[in-house]
Amino acid sequence: MSQLAIEIPYWGQSLLRVLGGLVAVLLPAGTIVYLFLFKMMSFMQSRLGPMEAGPYGSLQLVAEVGKWMQKEDLAPEAADHQIFRIAPHIVLLSTFLLVVIVPFGPDAYFTNFSVGIFLGLAVASVSVLGILIAGWASANKYSLLGGLRAAGQLIAYELPMVLAVLGVVIQAGSMNLQEITVVQNTGEIFGFEWLGNPFIITQFVGFLIFMIAVQAELTQAPFDMPIAESELVSGYMTEYSGFRFLIFFIAEFATAGVFAFIASVLFLGGWGIPFSWFGWDDIEQVPDWMNLVGPLIMFTKMLVLTFVIMWVRFSMPRFREDQLQTFAWKVLIPLALLNTAVTAIFKVAF
Amino acid sequence: MPDKPKVPGLFKGLGVTLGILKDTVVDGANTVQYPHEKEAPPIRARGVIALHEDNCTACMLCARSCPDWCIYIEGHKQLAPPRRAGGKPRQVNHLDRFDIDYALCMYCGICVEVCPFDALFWSPEYEYSEPKIADLLHDKEKLGEWMETVPEAPALEAGAQKK
Amino acid sequence: MSDRQQLSYIASQAADARLNVELETEGMTLNIGPQHPATHGTLRIICRLDGEQVVWAEPSCGYMHRGYEKLTEVRTFPQVTTLINRIDWLGSFANEVPFILAAEKLMEIEAPPRAQVIRTILFELSRIANVSLFLGDLGVQMGAITPVFLAFRDREYVLNLIEGATGGRFHPNFDRIGGLKDDLPAGWIDETRQVMVKLREFCDIIEDLLFGNEIFQSRMRGVGIIPADVAKDYGLSGANLRASGVDFDLRRDQQLPMAWDQVDWRVWTHPDGDSFARCWVRLQETRESCKIVEQLLDQIPAGPIMTKVPRIIKVPEGEAWVSTENPLGEMGYYVVSKGDLGPFRVKIRSASFNNISIVPWALKGVYVPDIITILASLYFILGDIDR
Repeated sequence: MSQLAIEIPYWGQSLLRVLGGLVAVLLPAGTIVYLFLFKMMSFMQSRLGPMEAGPYGSLQLVAEVGKWMQKEDLAPEAADHQIFRIAPHIVLLSTFLLVVIVPFGPDAYFTNFSVGIFLGLAVASVSVLGILIAGWASANKYSLLGGLRAAGQLIAYELPMVLAVLGVVIQAGSMNLQEITVVQNTGEIFGFEWLGNPFIITQFVGFLIFMIAVQAELTQAPFDMPIAESELVSGYMTEYSGFRFLIFFIAEFATAGVFAFIASVLFLGGWGIPFSWFGWDDIEQVPDWMNLVGPLIMFTKMLVLTFVIMWVRFSMPRFREDQLQTFAWKVLIPLALLNTAVTAIFKVAF
Repeated sequence: MPDKPKVPGLFKGLGVTLGILKDTVVDGANTVQYPHEKEAPPIRARGVIALHEDNCTACMLCARSCPDWCIYIEGHKQLAPPRRAGGKPRQVNHLDRFDIDYALCMYCGICVEVCPFDALFWSPEYEYSEPKIADLLHDKEKLGEWMETVPEAPALEAGAQKK
Repeated sequence: MSDRQQLSYIASQAADARLNVELETEGMTLNIGPQHPATHGTLRIICRLDGEQVVWAEPSCGYMHRGYEKLTEVRTFPQVTTLINRIDWLGSFANEVPFILAAEKLMEIEAPPRAQVIRTILFELSRIANVSLFLGDLGVQMGAITPVFLAFRDREYVLNLIEGATGGRFHPNFDRIGGLKDDLPAGWIDETRQVMVKLREFCDIIEDLLFGNEIFQSRMRGVGIIPADVAKDYGLSGANLRASGVDFDLRRDQQLPMAWDQVDWRVWTHPDGDSFARCWVRLQETRESCKIVEQLLDQIPAGPIMTKVPRIIKVPEGEAWVSTENPLGEMGYYVVSKGDLGPFRVKIRSASFNNISIVPWALKGVYVPDIITILASLYFILGDIDR
């Protein structure tokens, strides 16, 4: 552990961690909503998007948040009120728990958990609970249909995600996300030290499977049957309005951002650039300014991956539920198992 | 019969959206940022009806032919001075009230078409919405003001016969 | 038995009964509409679901009934022409044509050749405007949100054309007994040629973005197959009928005083009869309409735009039926006249009313997402169903 220049007491560190967590979740959400949802989607549809609030519509997000927060707190009479109220918060909770494992720099991390990615995958399933109880507690047949579809879909696509990550873990030799970052940036590929060893090159199949599984976990088109706007109005979110819908909305894009963070750590080399550029051999030798530049690099990589997720979302129609399940169970899981097997063989043989 | 696309259709679709993104960034969007910029409607656009009061004889043809009965006309007969010295005073129709209720108007144009005296004209003006519905009843003066916005009839295509 | 034992026995019996009722899953009745993003207006479809499968479905229309046939009894012929623009509000000009042709049939006059050609051009332009919106909306029903914006963008060009000629984008009110109201403004023909080029590009974009997409094809192929004899029994018309393999097009099979026989065009059919076939036939028909318009633009004869008709038109006594191949299907008017300024009775045969009569038959046994697919591919407008 490299020594920090200043000594921060423990309560100060905890405060920094909490603030950092909030920023790490909300800043990507806000950027993704503005840059991709408002602007990129509009440009792909030959229009300009929101332009009135602030220059080029940059304050539209503030206007939206204000609008959602001042709405009436409605709940259907037949709804199960307590569960109805906590459902959105469960979904957002899983995002906050997920960002805890992501490292942003050599010392800029929340926890240096030795089985980080295992915790992350376990915690990612908590949002399924939130969606399911939102669907049931709404006392609305459309929400129920949406919730049931979501449960089936999200559980089905967890498996390919886990198996894709397994390939990375085998290749890196550790479940600690900081270790995975270091291995990618200090490694070499085909004898080339210049590029490091980003796992996207060797784990290309795993990367594709992971991105498809992430698209499904976020219920984005082409996997957005649970929301299915033209059939179920808004699926499990139909009865939510005001602040509660805002939580769902933020959770959707925050989760997209956090999954993109995790994907960039697993496949693109995380907060680092190949260490060989600067002549560092180990994480001990990384200087402190990397703690400031690291988050910026992560942010950029997150934007690139989210661009791809959103680009696919705006261009594709949606799968039917049974086609979705067939795709997961009959195509993605066998492929992911094959990927894991081949990775393991290569790891042992070479 | 549709044949199988050579490039898998998924990627072609992604290429289409990316192409439109590029076009919007380079050429600009296809939308007009109203109210900062406004598109000019065509000359014949049916925006609002204007009244040329001098031509109107209160013959009631327009009020009768309106499908919604949104034109309200009141007039009375009065004696006008004779045309030449030494003649009889003429009886003319004087127009008291000519209101068009734009809350009811269907913008069909039958009134403009049937008027035998060319007192009604179409104008492409469209920005006259009001906060109160009662203000959408345009009276004689307001309809006369719209006359300034009435454009010249456009030239016709080759081969058209002059009426 | 003591009182307590008796009470606990009754309670356990009640608990058993509750458990039986809870485990016995009955079907769920789902109301699609009348307020729903998928129906083109206020249509209510009552479905009984078993899980995600439909057991029984029935459309309940009438939420948008405006009483057209009663309204026409107390209106004159020009006023009726204004009103019937609003039946199928997307294919605007196409609604007026059969009515005016029926009135002209009763009066035994024909519009001059120039008017007939321009009528056909405007008719085909309404078809293009209507079906291009369908192609965009198809994307939204399937989950692709981008094509609808492109559809609206390219449809604007056609609406601007219609506005330039008639003065109204959606409700032109341009057809008159004996011809048309006005002639075309200068520059309209060149502008139309340019717009047709853009419309063809739009059709190509939709084909790449939507029809070529594997996900779209897997959602649409094999869903909602309607065999040809069932289609004919239920009275389907338009692209729905042609997609089941029936070669029937009123533009070709009828002799009307319009200009379709003066140009070279073909009728598109598809043997499958599934949802994909219906959508594909409409895409090809849009391209065909562009071709018809381009050919007709070169052939507009010079001459008057209206025959000699009296100022106040009184249509002589009689009954006439005229139907045309409208964008939605076969639309017809049965006009009964008693020699007055207005019709005595008008019966409006609208295409969508018959098209949705097949919904109970077509929705049996399909999944909930397929309901949307089938409804989207049948393509109805609520104003057309309910009048």
